[in-house]
Amino acid sequence: MLLKDEVELLGKVSLFAGLQPSQLKLLAFTSKRLAFEAGDMLFEQSDPGDSAYVVLSGTAEVVVKNGGDDVVVATLEKNAIIGEIAILCDVPRTAGVRAATRLETLCIEKEHMLKLIHEFPSMATALMQVLAERLASTTAALTSCRSELAELRGS
Amino acid sequence: MSEPSILRFTWQYSRKAQLFILIVVLASMPTYFLSLDLPKQIVNGPILGQGFEQPGAVQKLLALSFSFGGETYVLFEGFDLERMPMLFALSGLFLALIIVNGLFKFYINTYKGRLGERMLRRIRYDLIDKLLRFPSRQFKKVKSSEVASMVKDEVEPIGGFMGDAFVQPLFLGGQAITAMVFIMVQNVWLGLIAISMIAVQFVLIPRLRRHLIRLNKQRQIAARKLAGRVGEIVEGINHVHVNDTSHYERADVSSRLAEIFYIRYELFQRKFFTKFLNNLLAQFTPFLFYVIGGYFALQGKIDVGQLVAVIAAYKDLPSPIKELIDWDQQRLDVQVKFAQVVEQFDIEDMLENEQQKLPGGPVPPLPFPVEVNNLTVADDAGNVLANRVRFNVVDGDRVALVGASNSGADVVAETMVRLHVPEAGQVCYGGKDMFELNESQLGRRIGYASAEMFLPQGTMRDSLLYALKHQPVGDRPYEGPDALARQRFIAEARLTDNTDLDFNADWLNFAHDVDPSERSYAVHRLLVSVLEACTLKEDVFNMGLRGKVDPETNPGFVERVLAAREKLRAHMSDLDLEKLIELFDPDKYANEATVGENLLFGTPVGETFQPLNMVSNDYLRETLRKAGLEDLLVEKGMEMAETTLGLFQDLPPDHELFNQLTFMDGDRLPRYQGLLRKVKQSGLTSLDADERYAMVELMFDYIEPQHRMGLVDDELRERMLKARKLFKQDLPDDLKDSVSFYDPDQYNAAASVQDNLLMGRVSYGIARAEQRVSDAVSSLLAEMGLMDEVLGIGLEFDVGSGGRRLSSAQRQKVGLGRALIKQPDLLVLNRPVSALDGRQQAAVVENVMKFIEAQEKAPAVVWVLSNPALSSYFDTVCVFDGGHLVEHGPRHDLEKGNGAFAQLLAS
Repeated sequence: MLLKDEVELLGKVSLFAGLQPSQLKLLAFTSKRLAFEAGDMLFEQSDPGDSAYVVLSGTAEVVVKNGGDDVVVATLEKNAIIGEIAILCDVPRTAGVRAATRLETLCIEKEHMLKLIHEFPSMATALMQVLAERLASTTAALTSCRSELAELRGS
Repeated sequence: MSEPSILRFTWQYSRKAQLFILIVVLASMPTYFLSLDLPKQIVNGPILGQGFEQPGAVQKLLALSFSFGGETYVLFEGFDLERMPMLFALSGLFLALIIVNGLFKFYINTYKGRLGERMLRRIRYDLIDKLLRFPSRQFKKVKSSEVASMVKDEVEPIGGFMGDAFVQPLFLGGQAITAMVFIMVQNVWLGLIAISMIAVQFVLIPRLRRHLIRLNKQRQIAARKLAGRVGEIVEGINHVHVNDTSHYERADVSSRLAEIFYIRYELFQRKFFTKFLNNLLAQFTPFLFYVIGGYFALQGKIDVGQLVAVIAAYKDLPSPIKELIDWDQQRLDVQVKFAQVVEQFDIEDMLENEQQKLPGGPVPPLPFPVEVNNLTVADDAGNVLANRVRFNVVDGDRVALVGASNSGADVVAETMVRLHVPEAGQVCYGGKDMFELNESQLGRRIGYASAEMFLPQGTMRDSLLYALKHQPVGDRPYEGPDALARQRFIAEARLTDNTDLDFNADWLNFAHDVDPSERSYAVHRLLVSVLEACTLKEDVFNMGLRGKVDPETNPGFVERVLAAREKLRAHMSDLDLEKLIELFDPDKYANEATVGENLLFGTPVGETFQPLNMVSNDYLRETLRKAGLEDLLVEKGMEMAETTLGLFQDLPPDHELFNQLTFMDGDRLPRYQGLLRKVKQSGLTSLDADERYAMVELMFDYIEPQHRMGLVDDELRERMLKARKLFKQDLPDDLKDSVSFYDPDQYNAAASVQDNLLMGRVSYGIARAEQRVSDAVSSLLAEMGLMDEVLGIGLEFDVGSGGRRLSSAQRQKVGLGRALIKQPDLLVLNRPVSALDGRQQAAVVENVMKFIEAQEKAPAVVWVLSNPALSSYFDTVCVFDGGHLVEHGPRHDLEKGNGAFAQLLAS
């Protein structure tokens, strides 16, 4: 897969949907191609986060530790973005991610992302929109969860 | 205290030599005067013919006689010589006298030079000796470069003066007095005039020079401070850049230079005025002679002959007087420097010599218990850092001092190794106050490491073994000329009270006796176990892998690396390395290497084929043309330039993202922009050779898997292989030493051990590929029994100036390693690896504990911890807060309790 294909693919990732083509190109160029074998961990739960990954091909699993066991809570396919919160703020990984099959990714380092945002404020606005939408839907979900919880407790 | 006097100092340490040289100078006088007198004899005698008026007349040569009490005693009758033989004899004598004179001068100057250099050596050594005994608080005030400038530059002129310190004034004084006496004999009045003028000179000039001394002092201090500032700029250069303070530094230096300039300018003005006055006074005397003497002569009070004699004698007077005054000037100058420097090094509370005395026998073990008694430590400003701290450490105890960075734990640890002087209370070892202990016991039986680590330049091995270099072990045997050189060194060192310990001897002092035949093995084993304990082994191993080995000096190693390479190649698939490494094959294009490397297919030696230079090489260009590659590479290079410019057009040329570009700097962007524009307007043919090769240069840095522009295709690969073959095949002789080709069957001396082992590249873009390859390589090397040798190569790694080639974490680990390598009775570890993250710190604590347990006798440990959870490795816990020891006791009790420690653990 060449740089220009990666650019096209990055455009399909919702987080980067608002970016200009030239910004997408820079993002792709400064990112690193990283391949994982099936079973390799991209990162462990509670590791410090320093990069996000975009799946180019293959499948990844999100794994949460429950007692001593690993529980797969989600699977991610092509065009999915993994660990994006880590490139925007300093939080440890909330879950581990493992390659389920051979996995090709584009690894975006936090440092580079922040430099790009710094250079192109419009990029920040685009990212903010996506994040705000997410926050809205998360808040909505939380509200409905709370009301359900209250109903459950009340009954 | 009276000011230290340079003359007193010189006399004290070189009395005998000064008297000796004075005698030699006196002994040289007769020949000197004879050689002055002889030309007159030659001219008057044989040449003008005095005494040879009669043909066949003879004169005596070398007749020696003296008169005493009216009688003449003849010592030697002399030879009778005629006029011509007399000319040759006297001329020959003259030549002989000149040679003897020259030899005297040669001897005297050498002797004085040596005398001065010895005194200089003594002063310099003495300063360093004092520096090594300074109390530690002194180092908060002194700047290293100022001290260096004092020891190196400021005392330098003193040496030159010391040789002349006594000879010069006596000699010149003698000359002056002789001339004076002669004048007095001729005419008392004229003599008195001369004396009074000289008296005026001697009174007036020193007065004027007092200012000179003051200015000289100022100049010296200003220059020293400048040296100090320059040192600070160098050491803090990163802070200059990250704070954009370069202009502030420039302004500072500029104002200092101005100060020095003003001082020097005033100095010149005064110096030359003094000179002017001095000359005037010297010339004033003849004026008086002419006026007054002439007046008396005209009056008939003195005869003209006397006046002429006086004036002639006076000719000899000013020059010794002037030189005397110059000598005095030099003395004042040097005296200022000397007093300045000596005062700087005259510090109170210096460590007594006794405390650093070399122990005659083995150093006794550190006495236990360690008692910290009501210890109170304050900083210079009087802030209390540790307040009445009290705890004991028994032999073998493991004590964790837990607390934040200003809790007092650090200060207590520092005080335990005498880095602070307590305000009150004390630290006792076996009932003795620590200040009564000899430094040999403290420095050898206690291992101390802290977060601050300074490393002088040297190898990794030197850096670690430094902590064992207490005193030479036995005498190093010397033979033949070396033995003589050693004897000379000892004799010379003793003359100047320097130490005669042999710097080149074996200095490694092991805590336990080691059989001499097993020393090198013991050193290696100890080093490896220490590297393991401070988790440095992997670092050093990697340094070894990156190191280079000369096959000629180490053929066995090279052979085994080649065997390991073969094994690696044979087992690529078993080891699961096929996808991780691309092996170099002369008949295959290496995708993971740059285009340039694929062409060279070897390691550049010297500058010619370094990536930045190779495209300017004519032979390389010719090869590209022959292989039909030139146009192809130019085209591809242009495509690359176009893509890159498209990517980066919106960024300023100094943007940090350009660091990501391996093939183009931001500041070269405009050049490529210009070139592309030119091609667009006037076609490809408009580029000249160098412009075309600017494109090739881009392409030479290209790696397909990394840059992903799709530029490497089968056509390129095929032609590259052709070019590679041509390049090697036709390489002219003068370039043969500029490249060391990759050969799957040969060891490449120019490449690192790792490159030799792999003879390939680690694939780009595979998760943890480097780590996995390095693991596979390590286990392979271990299997082949090569680990120790690779570690050995790694230990030869140069740590750089101030250890800057190591990371701060690595430097701290070296510091910890130094504490461990002493195998001491007590380890005081003061947040030794603070640069590591939590997990790594835990690994260090665990490894160190293992190291300790493996010792013949486990030492006691006092470890200042930042993370209370790590105290699980310790028996006793002391919790510090705000300078107080708030809780201490056995860990198990504190854990169960409800005190400060339990709370720290819970938080």
